[in-house]
Amino acid sequence: MIDIWFLTAFILMVWIFMSLIRIILGPTAPDRVVGLDTINTLIVALMVILAVAYNQMIYVDIAIVYALLSFVSTLYIAKYLEGGI
Amino acid sequence: MWTEYLIYIFIGIGLTFNGLGTIGLLRFPDVYTRLHAATKATTFGSIFTSLAVVTWAFTQLYLTGQAWGLTLALHTFVAIAALLLTNPVGAHAIARAAHRSGVLPKYAVVDKLEEVKK
Repeated sequence: MIDIWFLTAFILMVWIFMSLIRIILGPTAPDRVVGLDTINTLIVALMVILAVAYNQMIYVDIAIVYALLSFVSTLYIAKYLEGGI
Repeated sequence: MWTEYLIYIFIGIGLTFNGLGTIGLLRFPDVYTRLHAATKATTFGSIFTSLAVVTWAFTQLYLTGQAWGLTLALHTFVAIAALLLTNPVGAHAIARAAHRSGVLPKYAVVDKLEEVKK
């Protein structure tokens, strides 16, 4: 029997690759940023799931740091698109 | 234990809403509707997959009585809080930047923000 946590991680990876299609096909720059933001959220969920799957508690801390840093990068890209920098 | 079924329900809700957000990202016509679908649905789904981890951690704390279960639950709550606070602000910044950089809504009936800018 496949472990439920690894199955969840696999399905989340399928959603991440489907979001990657939007980054490749996106007609404008903000479309690509939306795809990147979705992938960041899904990767945080995937890291929390993998912490249980591999039984390593330190992975959740990495997920917290990733959530905060991806927020900063999203704000930076948005500021650049707006013409502020 | 009975919390196993709770974990399955949480994972099912989380994966369903993450998938709906991703499908909305692929199917909707312009950037604002894509942002509307992707941000809300994936935030909700990620919260529920993390709640499944919290439920598993509290179950292990109850069964084994060791302190790492409590540590895992608290750190997952911090991750949920970070996601919940930063995701809508990022979506707002992207939408504002998209409108200011000249990407207009595709099938818009009325655009009040454009009228204000003129």
